[in-house]
Amino acid sequence: MRAFDFVVADSASAARTLVREVPGARFYAGGTTLVDLMKADVERPARVVDISRLPLTAVERRGDVVRIGALARNSDVAYAPLVVEHFPAVSQALLSGASGQIRNAATIGGNLLQRTRCSYFRETRWRCNKREPGSGCDALDGFNRGHALLGTSEACIATYPGDLAVALTALEAHVVIEGDRGERTIALSEFYRLPGDRPERETSLAEGDLITAVELRVDPMYARSHYLKVRDRASYEFALVSVACALRIDGGRVAGARLALGGVATVPWRARAAEELLTGREPGDAAYHDTAERALDGARPRAHNAFKVELARRSIVRALRTVAEGAA
Amino acid sequence: MPTTQRPAAPGRTPQILTFTLNGRVATFPVEPAVTLLDLLRERAGLTGTKKGCDRGQCGACTVLVNGRRTLSCLALALAHAGDEITTIEGLAADGKLHSVQRAFVEHDAFQCGFCTPGQIVSAVALIAEGRVRTDDEIREAMSGNICRCGAYPNIVAAIAAARDAG
Repeated sequence: MRAFDFVVADSASAARTLVREVPGARFYAGGTTLVDLMKADVERPARVVDISRLPLTAVERRGDVVRIGALARNSDVAYAPLVVEHFPAVSQALLSGASGQIRNAATIGGNLLQRTRCSYFRETRWRCNKREPGSGCDALDGFNRGHALLGTSEACIATYPGDLAVALTALEAHVVIEGDRGERTIALSEFYRLPGDRPERETSLAEGDLITAVELRVDPMYARSHYLKVRDRASYEFALVSVACALRIDGGRVAGARLALGGVATVPWRARAAEELLTGREPGDAAYHDTAERALDGARPRAHNAFKVELARRSIVRALRTVAEGAA
Repeated sequence: MPTTQRPAAPGRTPQILTFTLNGRVATFPVEPAVTLLDLLRERAGLTGTKKGCDRGQCGACTVLVNGRRTLSCLALALAHAGDEITTIEGLAADGKLHSVQRAFVEHDAFQCGFCTPGQIVSAVALIAEGRVRTDDEIREAMSGNICRCGAYPNIVAAIAAARDAG
């Protein structure tokens, strides 16, 4: 690792000041992704600001909103009764990510800010527009089996690798941010940016913004949600495809549907057109197959990842079946 | 001609770190870029915690932080002021092996032994977490600890036995 300055923040506002003093400074919460990328010489912060002791760890209900502190640990949130009861897809997504050791260190805010990354981003000998803007992308014609089908650009085809944000996107979560003009709340669907020609910009955060919480609205539909993760090995592996879905079934018809995909897109991918197509239909494989077909509309496979189109379709059908059985 | 002295780069300046290591208060001067793993091995002389991949993929560096298993290779040491760190060296008490260490010996749950400290520390926390009932649940919960010798069947048996022995 390169040398850097280490400071401990004793409040959120102090943390923001400390980060803004030094260009490229980074917050440190669990450290699990930052330290990894610093060792790879991909992240090179001149200053690291430790926010891990800030009192932002509570998981609590306020009216019909469940608020999860940004520094709550992934493992604590996965087993929090409020989360398990009202947002099972979130608990399942958290438990499908990384390993027990990493979930004990990783935090909710840090998890949302893990870099969208591929092996070419991690290896400094390859060209990568995300790591070095304008340098080119060696993944386009390289080994791109794990890369994205949806939301790609000629500058970047890296897959958004997380699980939590896919479940949170399906369940319409909001992110609470402390910034220069006080606190603001934005929908997670507005939080991540498509790579376009600026793949180094992954979120709508401004310099010095600090995520303080994630909020989810309590809704019976979200309580009947599910996260399915398909991967090369049974555990401790990134998704080839993941599906987060929620269904409300009323009078033998789908009265509401939420669907988001992971492992196949450059951002957590909300499949709104597919949700609309499913709404009003009779639950069953015919409707699920149509939904899956629509969700992959616009998929642009590269040389090695075309198999993920069909894998994603089948995963969507399976996830919808699973949640429908619970929702019927 | 007087020599001009460059100020020390802040990133290379040690800060004093105090924490509890295997039940005793420990203090070290530590530079920011030192991981918890390197502190334990190179400064504290506790080489039981292994450096396998050094990238959070193998689990050989697993230690307990305030009783919870975590990877010491992905943690900056300075972020652990005041924490209680337990390594493999801190499990045995009064000259007697920890029950999980005994179970690993009894079930021949290792071959080369390199991953074993991480496996045992991880298993100690896993049993304390109290959530694994079936062998499949043990496998899932231990997936962060890789064994390149493939001693997995005996590792699972050792953990199940230690759990059942209470």
